[in-house]
Amino acid sequence: MFAKLKRAAQGARVPHHKGTSGTATVQMPLPTRIVLPMQQHIGAPCTPAVKKGDQVYVGTVVGRAGGFVSADIHSGVSGTVQSIDSVHMPGGAHSAAVVIVPDGSQTPDPALKPPVVTDAASLAQAARDCGLVGLGGAGFPTAVKLAPKTPIDTLIINGAECEPYITSDEREFLESSETVMRGVKAVREHLNIGTVIFAIERNKPQAIDLMFSLTQGDAAYKVQPLDSRYPQGAEKVLIETVTGREVPRGGLPADVGVLVMNVTTVSALGKYLDTGMPLVTKRLTVDGDAVNKPQNVEVIIGTPIAEVLEFCGGVKDDFAKLLMGGPMMGTAVADVNSPVLKQNNALLCFGEKAAHIPVPGPCIRCGRCIEACPMGLSPVEIAGAFQKGDVAALNEMMVDLCMGCGSCTFVCPAKRPVCQTMNLAKAMQKKGGAK
Amino acid sequence: MEPKKLIVTASPHLVDNSSTRGLMLHVVIALCPALIASALLFGIRALVVVAVSVAACVGFEALWCVLRKQPLSTGDLSAVVTGIILAFNLPATIPLWTILVGAFIAIVIVKQLFGGLGMNFANPALVGRIALFLGFSARMTAYGYPARTTVDAFASATPLAAGVPGLQALPSLLLGTHGGMLGETCAAALILGGVYLIATRTISAAIPVTYLATVAVMSLLCGQDVVLQLFSGGLLLGAFFMATDYVTSPFTLKGKIVFGIGLGLITSVIRFYSNMSEGVSFALLLMNLLVPYINDLTRQKPLGAPKKTRGKGGAAK
Repeated sequence: MFAKLKRAAQGARVPHHKGTSGTATVQMPLPTRIVLPMQQHIGAPCTPAVKKGDQVYVGTVVGRAGGFVSADIHSGVSGTVQSIDSVHMPGGAHSAAVVIVPDGSQTPDPALKPPVVTDAASLAQAARDCGLVGLGGAGFPTAVKLAPKTPIDTLIINGAECEPYITSDEREFLESSETVMRGVKAVREHLNIGTVIFAIERNKPQAIDLMFSLTQGDAAYKVQPLDSRYPQGAEKVLIETVTGREVPRGGLPADVGVLVMNVTTVSALGKYLDTGMPLVTKRLTVDGDAVNKPQNVEVIIGTPIAEVLEFCGGVKDDFAKLLMGGPMMGTAVADVNSPVLKQNNALLCFGEKAAHIPVPGPCIRCGRCIEACPMGLSPVEIAGAFQKGDVAALNEMMVDLCMGCGSCTFVCPAKRPVCQTMNLAKAMQKKGGAK
Repeated sequence: MEPKKLIVTASPHLVDNSSTRGLMLHVVIALCPALIASALLFGIRALVVVAVSVAACVGFEALWCVLRKQPLSTGDLSAVVTGIILAFNLPATIPLWTILVGAFIAIVIVKQLFGGLGMNFANPALVGRIALFLGFSARMTAYGYPARTTVDAFASATPLAAGVPGLQALPSLLLGTHGGMLGETCAAALILGGVYLIATRTISAAIPVTYLATVAVMSLLCGQDVVLQLFSGGLLLGAFFMATDYVTSPFTLKGKIVFGIGLGLITSVIRFYSNMSEGVSFALLLMNLLVPYINDLTRQKPLGAPKKTRGKGGAAK
């Protein structure tokens, strides 16, 4: 009650549509080619480390990290570099991309070997060599996360998976619990973290049960079932739900002694520690009303989306919209031949009806966007300040805290693009503040 | 797979199935019990008043849209809600042309001149009522009387003015078998409608609950009859249907509580200490005008915001 007086933060009651949760992941056969854009993470783009005609193997570095906040890119096939192209990224920007044609032998790179990890620095280096990024969708380089400047007392394994449709994290728990635990233990040991909390939404009871049984008897590990409420898995929201701590404005989770890692990320790290095989494949939830065979598929990163969809039985005639990621925060893709990226966790195909955008009406000032905002912002008032160009008011209302989760747009009865306005307001605040 | 033209939009790509029209429809449904009660109590004339009021409000809105060459906005049903609520605030005996004046003030002056739905500074139906009350006092206080009264406790006044002990009058108050504005008298029907609105999450319970509670507490403190104060006059209609108007009520829970308490205080003060027996309308109007300030002072605190946000906050901008 008193917390509600401070901020409602109800989030959005999104439908779950987790139809693929009960089916095991299927391995997709080799694609005809893979396309590896040099920007598959937040931070500096990579520079191609190969040239046309080069022979590469599974795990060979084809893109070198362009800075501290960046992540290497590896080939998921053995074969020949066909070209270094420029491709359109889903966001609209251009990026250089290495195109590789597989030879079919899938020979691993002979130089690959499991890393020797003895301390925090070597663990971060391992994450760097693995090319690991936040696989929940953000794509933030994991090596940077694993080098916090302040001591961490709590590691939260993010298994909330609050976006509708997506079940790839749930399948990660169920199918790869060994590598999940391997990764978790390594991070806990080398970063000297006291408590590990597995945070999983209640709509994944199997995953909750499994993690309970795997961590039984060890007081350092907790499993925390969460209400199924979007955006439960958003980092700052999750930290507040699980620990009660508030990450300060402009700060990082490490500022409150917390490290949050997505379950698939930590599992990929565990796998790398055991095998030395970097991040070259990804589990994708392929779903939506316009795809014929919804399922979870393990795909080599760089596979053209069109080939993944073909593998899933093709699309229906009214196919009109393709999303990378979930329907709340995912990106609409213009070209079905775009490649699968590292941080992809879903491909959703929608028909014309589901893709229909309702016509906005006038704002009735009902305040539902304010009640929904998980960050406790006031979208309707921010929209007003944005229309007036009032940067001081935008600052005061802290529009910079908006993470673009879309809850405000979701609940708006007038069907206004509230979240999009928030993004524009954020940009305005940034520009206004620079002066 | 052959290339196909795909729709590209910014996220989110999913919205819920709520709509302005749907919310207004809930309000119309919630007003129905009181509408039926008014017809039973005041006869067919009550329905005529409501029909004329709704037709006038929708008509003025449509006319405005046509003259201003705007897309027709009557489909959102907000003018229908205004029409019903305005009629509920009128006596069943009111001359029909007077309703046109009220509807014009509500829709054209208060709503459309300020920018239409969402932009009005005060509740349109409320201002329509106040204008009629000030301009046509005699006609507005010529209360209708229930056709089949079983309790003839009140000869010419509303219970608020009559001074009959509330508990004794409670059955009459709940059923509405007493004089008053046509939609105000049947407390049971209004409460039923209010509960429906809260149950369907069309409105938050915060404003009606704090408003009614404040009036109850003030009645106790000032030695007034709590039952009479709560169940008579325009309080229930005001608390459930007019104070909760989205456009003219605060956004946050904190703001709604402040708003409800303010309404309760002003209503009580007017009722107990002024020469008017009814204070709901003016309390609502006054608090409507304060809403922008309440919103500024009761904004919710963002996650991770520094401790001190207020002080240099609201006023600075």
